[in-house]
Amino acid sequence: MPPALVNLAYLIAAVCFILAFKGLAHPRTAVRGNLTGAFGMLLAIVVTLLDKHILSFTAIFAGMLVGGAIGALVATRVKMTSMPEMVALLNGFGGGASVLVAGGALVVPHAVSDAPPLQMAVATVTSGLIGAVTFFGSLVAFTKLADFRWAKDVRFKGQQVLNSVLFLLALLIATQVVRDPSALEWYWGLVAVAAVLGVLLVIPIGGANMPIVICLLNSYSGLAAAATGFVLNNNGLIIAGSLVGASGIILTQIMCKAMNQSMTDVVFGAAAVGGGASADEVYGGKVKSTSPDEVAMILDGARRVVIVPGYGLAVSQAQHAVRDLANLLESKGVDVEYGIHPVAGRMPGHMNVLLAEANIPYEQVKEMDEVNPSLPQTDVAIVIGANDVVNPVAREPGNPIAGMPILDVDKARTCVVIKRSLSPGFAGIPNPLFAADNTLMLFGDGKKALLDLVAAVKAQ
Amino acid sequence: MESFIAAVTVFVLAIFVGFEVIRKVPPTLHTPLTSGSNAISGITILGAIVLAGTADTLATILGFLAVVFATFNVVGGFTVTHRMLKMFKSRD
Repeated sequence: MPPALVNLAYLIAAVCFILAFKGLAHPRTAVRGNLTGAFGMLLAIVVTLLDKHILSFTAIFAGMLVGGAIGALVATRVKMTSMPEMVALLNGFGGGASVLVAGGALVVPHAVSDAPPLQMAVATVTSGLIGAVTFFGSLVAFTKLADFRWAKDVRFKGQQVLNSVLFLLALLIATQVVRDPSALEWYWGLVAVAAVLGVLLVIPIGGANMPIVICLLNSYSGLAAAATGFVLNNNGLIIAGSLVGASGIILTQIMCKAMNQSMTDVVFGAAAVGGGASADEVYGGKVKSTSPDEVAMILDGARRVVIVPGYGLAVSQAQHAVRDLANLLESKGVDVEYGIHPVAGRMPGHMNVLLAEANIPYEQVKEMDEVNPSLPQTDVAIVIGANDVVNPVAREPGNPIAGMPILDVDKARTCVVIKRSLSPGFAGIPNPLFAADNTLMLFGDGKKALLDLVAAVKAQ
Repeated sequence: MESFIAAVTVFVLAIFVGFEVIRKVPPTLHTPLTSGSNAISGITILGAIVLAGTADTLATILGFLAVVFATFNVVGGFTVTHRMLKMFKSRD
């Protein structure tokens, strides 16, 4: 196939990827967009298989079979609640693939690339560095998201100094690779240092900052792919990689804004935890525990109800029970909406996926900025397994979540909080909402409490 | 040098296109956005294919592993994104 035709095919693939992102502008067009993206990928793969001077297809098809089978199996089986883990894996494998391709290109430079030697060498170390940080950082993120018992937040003195030293060491080795690309051991040395750096960068980061980390690693995996594009002088990789890189950066910015944190604070683990008033001062004798029957009575007189789900909803798989309650209330003429904080759950948009899984129409699911103005006119706000994102302390200075935008559920006439206990959220501080005059605590597992509530409302 | 500048041009312009297009993705679709973009970053499979198809043993091994990783991303990414997007339903 003439090179011009191949590049034309890559251009079509790139257009398909852009259309895929464009389709995501609305749930109505998103499915078609995703299929368009998949078509673009298929086209690019087929053209590559036909064009390049491939001597043996054995390793290629074996790899596709293994990777494709595992990918299909995992993608069809994974629970919607585990989507953050899935994305962490995808981030990591993207970075890992870049490390391997860049490393392989050093072995047979002339067989895979017509890029100028200097461009190729610089791009190779870039790809190896970013890719390895992404791969190993994502594996750490995965163990934390999957709640492995041994996965802990590890912070120690001098962590940032060590990270800086490792980064400089990586740069030093990188210049060595650029000077003599044929010395493969330097490249793998660079990958090893980057691997340690990737682990150290993610290991101190706590659950609250997980959405930011996922977005950042997402961006890295794209940038690694773009760097690999420079290694191979392949526009397909450069365009697709930079699109993904841009996507990750935008999401990271949104997440940081939603938590009132700067990206450097998160990356360098400066986020504060704890402090402020003690739990006894905040809660002492002021917390009112309630029963499903009492809540059902309050809901009976309600005209407007806003449901605010948090990570606890995902943990107790309560999305279907929430839907049952909402349907029941709607059948009684109650106006029901959902309010979603941008960092609710452990990755951006996670709550929306869970509610969609329970067949809740997306029009009913509102963003924080949309729902906040209506909360003072809301009769009952039901908070399920959320904590920091509804903590009014965020409006005051001098605490870990100061300045973070929150859902104003405390302004609703009555606020019902479904939660296992008064234990603090990720920020490690007590929540005065739980002790407010208009708040009732319904203690228990999210799903069970909701099912009891549904039964109580039905019994009326 | 010329081909490098051409590649950088493509890179910079693609980032701008990415910013403009992805800014319009609503928060409700941010999870499918991350999984879908991961499927697209599986584009590394193109490099992996070329590598796995060479005569060199080491390159073939690295290429094989890269094909496994990248295909996981492509197949897993697009499939799981499709699964999620199909669930988003309108009121009517």
